[in-house]
Formats: sequence, structure tokens, C-alpha cells
Amino acid sequence: MDLVIARPEGLYCPPGDFYIDPWRPVERAVITHGHGDHARWGSQHYLAAAPGEGILRSRLGAEINLQTLAYGERINHHDVTLSLHPAGHVLGSAQVRLEYRGEVWVASGDYKVEPDATCAPFESVRCHTFITESTFGLPIYRWQPQAQIFAGVDDWWRQNQAAGRASVLFCYAFGKAQRLLQGIDASIGPILVHGAMEPLNQVYRDAGVALPDTLRVSEVPKGDPRLRQGLIMAPPSAGGSTWMRRFGDYSDAFASGWMLLRGARRRRGVDRGFVLSDHADWPGLNWAIAECGAERVFVTHGSVNILVRHLREQGLDAQAFDTEYGDEDDSAEAPTDATQEPA
Amino acid sequence: MRAFAALYARLDATTSSNAKLAALQDYFAEAAPEDAAWAVFFLAGGRPRQLVPSRTLRELAMQAAQLPAWLFEESYSAVGDLAETIALLLPAAEQSSELGLAQWLEERLLPLRGLPPEELAERLPSFWRELDSLALMVCIKLITGAFRVGVSRLLVTRALANLAELDPKRVAQRLVGYTELSHRPSAERYLQLIAPESAGEHAQRGGQPYPFFLAHALQLPPEQFDSALGPVQDWQAEWKWDGIRVQLVKRDGQLWIWSRGEELITERFPDLHGLVDTLADGTVIDGELVVWRHGPADEDVQGALLNAPPVAEASAVQGIQPFALLQQRIGRKTLSRKLLDEVPVAVMAYDLLEWQGEDYRSQPQHHRRTGLQALVAACASPRLLLSPLLIADSWAALAAQREASRALGVEGMMLKAREAQYGVGRTKDVGVWWKWKVEPFSVDAVLLYAQRGHGRRASLYTDFTFAVWDAPPGTPGRSLVPFAKAYSGLTDAEMRQVDAIVRKTTLEKFGPVRSLTPSLVFELGFEGIALSKRHKSGIAVRFPRMLRWRQDKTVEEADTLAMLQAMLP
Ligand SMILES: [Zn+2]
Ligand SMILES: [Zn+2]
Repeated sequence: MDLVIARPEGLYCPPGDFYIDPWRPVERAVITHGHGDHARWGSQHYLAAAPGEGILRSRLGAEINLQTLAYGERINHHDVTLSLHPAGHVLGSAQVRLEYRGEVWVASGDYKVEPDATCAPFESVRCHTFITESTFGLPIYRWQPQAQIFAGVDDWWRQNQAAGRASVLFCYAFGKAQRLLQGIDASIGPILVHGAMEPLNQVYRDAGVALPDTLRVSEVPKGDPRLRQGLIMAPPSAGGSTWMRRFGDYSDAFASGWMLLRGARRRRGVDRGFVLSDHADWPGLNWAIAECGAERVFVTHGSVNILVRHLREQGLDAQAFDTEYGDEDDSAEAPTDATQEPA
Repeated sequence: MRAFAALYARLDATTSSNAKLAALQDYFAEAAPEDAAWAVFFLAGGRPRQLVPSRTLRELAMQAAQLPAWLFEESYSAVGDLAETIALLLPAAEQSSELGLAQWLEERLLPLRGLPPEELAERLPSFWRELDSLALMVCIKLITGAFRVGVSRLLVTRALANLAELDPKRVAQRLVGYTELSHRPSAERYLQLIAPESAGEHAQRGGQPYPFFLAHALQLPPEQFDSALGPVQDWQAEWKWDGIRVQLVKRDGQLWIWSRGEELITERFPDLHGLVDTLADGTVIDGELVVWRHGPADEDVQGALLNAPPVAEASAVQGIQPFALLQQRIGRKTLSRKLLDEVPVAVMAYDLLEWQGEDYRSQPQHHRRTGLQALVAACASPRLLLSPLLIADSWAALAAQREASRALGVEGMMLKAREAQYGVGRTKDVGVWWKWKVEPFSVDAVLLYAQRGHGRRASLYTDFTFAVWDAPPGTPGRSLVPFAKAYSGLTDAEMRQVDAIVRKTTLEKFGPVRSLTPSLVFELGFEGIALSKRHKSGIAVRFPRMLRWRQDKTVEEADTLAMLQAMLP
């Protein structure tokens, strides 16, 4: 029997009578992680991994009815055994493992296989059926080790500093920003953040993730030399706004997996593109799928048809799940499909 | 190769001319002359013929990346650039080859041309293994002849001039013909580009043309001309001809015809070769090559042109034929007698750059014009016509004359300051030429097919096919007839909106193309229109572009084929 099916409200588990990351309000929702396209407002009961509690409450409201599980902790609901396992995507991100009458399914949510210090590393979970994302499901997407990317950001920042220019780094406020903060060399200079980012930084710090000190840009007076020496982190929506005027002469950059393509860098219109993603690259997707041992694979948001065809050619029983994931508030991005995703 | 790839990355990463100039100067300051010679060739727009067929290149890349064809094609379609796709798919080398650009080209890449596939399969993958991802992409662009990096020839000229402490005009002059396929770049030629100015430089020119002086678009209402340009009497006005910009160079008993792309096109126009006998040595004429049909009243036409009729009398330009005809002629490999008779060309002369062996470009415009008039009259050839001056006592009167442009088959007017010198390229330091074009034709058309863009727009649907109705509104069963492709003219924000609608209204996908449920109407502008047997609609439009998105119009309200037909000349 299928433990997960696609319904108009979202991915649904019939024997357990609950949804995973539903896009419409439902009675019971298991949430893989706090990105806006996966964690939506309005459901009666939420279940999520304990490290993500702060994020979910800050995004969906402090008063939501939320139950949390430690990674690996099992609960039983209508004879379905459910547990959550690290997905390595953002703080509190989880794969959902479902077991019912000896059948095991795992829904990945979003995942990244390279470990980083801002969240628990991806854990491969054996299963019969795996539901995978496919955001970067093309063989052109192969990430460099993150240490190289951070070193590139450091170099860019130092060069700007030497030239007396501010360094404005655009990135998604939840996940990417904290990973950058954690990875860059904070001894280079002051780190200033856009007001929209600081609450999420605080949630990470409260959850025990060590991040360097940050200042809100609004706390720094105009003409303060720290504006020119600092690394300024801002969400993409701040680009081109009047908010940018205070920096005078600046160099800007954007950190995202999409920056791998020259076309995407050009469209962004920034000086530099840093290829840093919180999603698995092509080798990562293939590794995760092989490693879990599943014979059946359902593919959600991203390059769905491509990954399905590829997996079938590898001898797997692969199918597509039509979902409404991947439509994040980072609307300036236009990747290879209409779907949009913090990446 | 590594240094050149790094230069490519620097140029590609910035839109600032100053940053590009700095990158170029840094590169040339360090590069060995033989490498710099090739770098100048590519940066200034030189394109060797494709060295390896694209199909072979793709097949070898698929093998090297161990990917099935469909997955390679999907990747290509997402990236939009073959070289970039291959560079992203192949395993990256640990370190890049130390060999210079010249050695790569002369010893490795150029010898690839014409090799059998087995031999290519032997050599290419081993070259690729020596290159990191960036150098690999640049290398493949050199192989396919698709090397482009937003650098103008003018910028290359400036970089070399700064480096060699020369007048950029001198470098531009030396650079003419540099990108001709017949001249292979060499250290020697590069060193000549940047050599100190020699006394005998003038004598070494041979058939070299001068750098073309290019016009800037004038986009002001005529009421503002007085304040922006001064009195109309300070300007020389002419029609803007719709042909091929050329220089006729007559020196040492020989005639050369150069196009604006600095391509030597003498062979393609044997009907002009007679001018070798009528032009004096040491003459360079700037003008427009047009298709010109001589009527019985030819002598009168010459007379009328010289007398510069105050109003655009139709007779003065009656001989000019649509550009589409010229295009036909350019497209032919062999020129039959019949074609030469049916599509005769002439040069509409409008400037004199060299006269009796003397560089005339620093003479004021009106002075050059006087010389040109005397020269054309003395030449008395039906193949060399004088572009008439358009006389008016006010800008308003000139604007009124300009209204006749479309009926006369010209694109509008050219305005040239009477006292100005002939400049180099797009410079404005010694004078300006303004092109004052008429508004293009326009129709409201329906978006029918969409295709992904390339390069910068690779993942957006930006290449569109447009259609008009084959019958008036209310006709039962009327259908949409595709007639034009266009891809520019929208803001980035609009482009994204349209892209989203394209995805939502897709009927079918054929490779990178989607057919759509008609829902969007755009005002489409174009410069010319002609009958065409090759198009289903029976018409072909020239330079179509999207003027604006008609969100106020429904599909039913789009224009009809009959409206297009009414615009035919
Ligand atoms: Zn996510
Ligand atoms: Zn997602």
C-alpha cells in the first residue's frame, strides 16, 4: 500500500491520516522544515523536529499547536510509526520516516548532503520508497566544497575593504545567511545585517549555533567607516531599493546555487555570484537515492521529469509527485522551471 | 590559455567599461606578443571558421561526461550555451595548462579543422583533460567560433593605445583588416599595432580603409532641436539610406570595397569594378551600397541630385530598391549575369575621406562635401551617385520633409554638423553624426510560440513567434498566421511575467519550443516589410521587435494579415 499519496491539500499518508508539508490548512501537518513553501500557516496540529521549533514559531506564530520530536525519536499514530531524521538543509530540517506493516517510506523535504555547522548533517535512512526533491536535478550542478566558496567570499570582502568599498552580500535570510555567517572569516571586519535577517540569526543562536557578532545596519550611523569596511548581508529584495543608498560605493554579490550559470549571474546584475546552495547537487541527489536503498522513488519540485527519467534508466521505479513546493518568497529567481526555491 | 581565460572571466564579470579597460590593459601588459596577437584578434571580433562540427563536439562531450544524449540536451537547454554546458559537465582538471594562447591555437586547435571524427575523438578529450572548467569553456568557444565577451573594438583600441602611448585613432587605423580571416595573427603583427608611430606609416596603407565614423541615434522631439543642436543651417541633412555602409578605396591602380564590419567585399560586387577606371588614385569615399534601378531619366536624376532639390522629390530617390533585394544578392554564392542585371547596385556617396592621396578626415564636413560633389560629377558613373543634401530653413520644415521617408524607401535622415571632422567609431570628440530615424511600422500581434533565450536569458522564455489573424473579427473559423520572430524590447520585470504566463499557457513542447494557448498581445515594430514566398504568411518583416505589451487588448483585438499587406511597398 502507498504510505504517501498526492492530494490537492498536499502529500498525504492515508493509514496515518496526516499530511507532510501541506500547502493548504489541514488537521495534522508534519513539517520537514521552516521554508515558506514547506511550512504553511493555518493547520490545526503541527509536528516537527525539535531543533526547528524556534524557526517555526517565529514564522507561523508563537501560538501554533506544535509537537516536536528529537531526531530519531519514534511515535506511533494509527499504527504508523513516524520518526524524523536530519536532512542537512537548514536548522531543524528533517526527513520523515514512515513505517506501516513492514513497509518503510522516507520523505526527504529539502536536503543537502555536505555537512555544515549550522544544522545536523544529513542522515541516510534505509527505506523501500524514497520521496526526493530535485531542485538541482541536472548533471551541470556540481558544487565545489563550501570551504572554497567561503574563501572566495573572504577574498572578495578583503579586496573591497582595501579599495574602501562596502561589500553587500545578498542571500536568503533563513539558512543561507547563517551558513555564510558561520563559514566566513569574521576577523576581517564588522558584519552588518539587514533588519529582516537578525531575528533568524537570533533563533539560530538560541538553538546553540555559534554565529559571529552582527550589527543591524540601522544601528550604524550614516558615514560610519564600518559601512565601508564591513560585510553587509541583506535579503535579495533589498537590492535596488533606497536602503542601498547608504553604502555609497559598494560591490555586490549574490550567494545561491543558481549562480553556477553565467546567465543567472547576469540576470542578477551583481558583481559576483557565489555558488552556495543548501540543496543537494546532482551527485548528491544520486548518492542519497542510492544510499537509502529504495527501489521506488517519487520526485518532487525541481527538475522532476529529468530526474524521473534518469532514475528509470538506472533501473529504479521512479515517478513524479506534483507538489506546490519550490515557490518561495525569493521571487527574483527564475531557475530552469517555473518553480522557485531558496537555493 | 590560463591568462586568457582569466581575462575572459574578468571581462565577463563586469559591465563597467573602466573595469574592462583595466582588465584588458593588465592582460596586454603581461602577455607574450604572440598570445596578445590572438587575444586582439578574438576581442576585436575576429572569428575563425568553426574548427570542429558542433555535432562531433557534442558527441565527444557526451562520451567524456558519460551522459546519454537526452540528458546532455536537457542540460544544454538549461544553460543555453554549448561551451558553458560542456565545461559544466566534463570532469574538471586539477590544474590548467600552462601553454599560451598562441600555442593552443596554432599547434592544437587550428589543425583540428577538417580532421576525420576518429582523429578528433583522439585529440579533443586529451586537450580537455588539461583545462579547468573556465579555460575549458573559453577553449570550446574558440573552437566553435562563438567567442563573444562584451568588449567593443573601440575598447580594445583604447587599451592598446594606452599601453603603447599612441593616439587611439592611429591604433584603430592599424587595426583595420586585423580580423580578416586571410591574415593570421602573429607576434610581428601585434608588435606593429603597438609600435611607435613611424614617418612612413602613411605610405604603408595599401587598400586599407579608414575606421568608419558611426552615427548616434537622435531621440528628441524636433521642437527641442534648436536648443540641443543649434540652428538648422549649421547642419548638413541627408537621407538615411537602407543599404550596406561601405568605403570605396582607390589606390595604386586598385579598387577595394570594405563593409562596415571591415570585411573586404570587393569580389561580391563586380558591377562596381568599373569605378577603378573613373576614380583617381588616392581616393576614399564613404557611402551606402544600395540596389538602384536606373530608369530612362537617369541623367535628370544625376542633375536633380546635384542640384539638391529643396523638397524630397520622388525622382531623386526613385531608383532605390528595398533592402530585401540586396539581402537576396548577398545570400548568393555565385553571381549570375541575370542576378547582376536584375539586382544592380550603386554606391550612394556621402563623404570623402581621402582626396588626391591626402587624409581628408580633419577637414570640416562642408568642405569634404564640396570635394565629394566635384569628384562624383567628374566621375560621371551611374554606379556612383551623390547622396542629396536636404535643405530646409527650419527644423520644423526638415521634420516635414522627413515624413516622406517611408514612401521613399529610406530610414529617415542623417544630420551631420557642417564644421565637424570625420571621427573614429562612436567617438563624439571631433563631431557627431545623428541618425534621425522614422518610427518603425507597427502592428498588434499575438504570441503563439515561445523558445528559451540564450546566454544571459538562457532559462527564460524570451524568443517569441508572433501571429496575426487571417480574417477580420467575427469571421467564423479565422486563424492566426505566424509572421515574425522577435526577442527584445521588454523590461526584465515584464520578461519574467511573460515567462510565467508562457509556462502556464503551454499547449505542447517541442524541444526548447512551446506552443501556447493565445493569450498575450504585443505591439510589434519593424523597419521594413516585403513579400516572401518562404513565409507561410507570404510576407517578411525586417528587424521586428517588441515595442510594448498590450495588456489592454484581447487576442481577438489583434491586427490582421490584411493590415500587414496594406503596408507593403
Ligand atoms: Zn527548503
Ligand atoms: Zn523545497
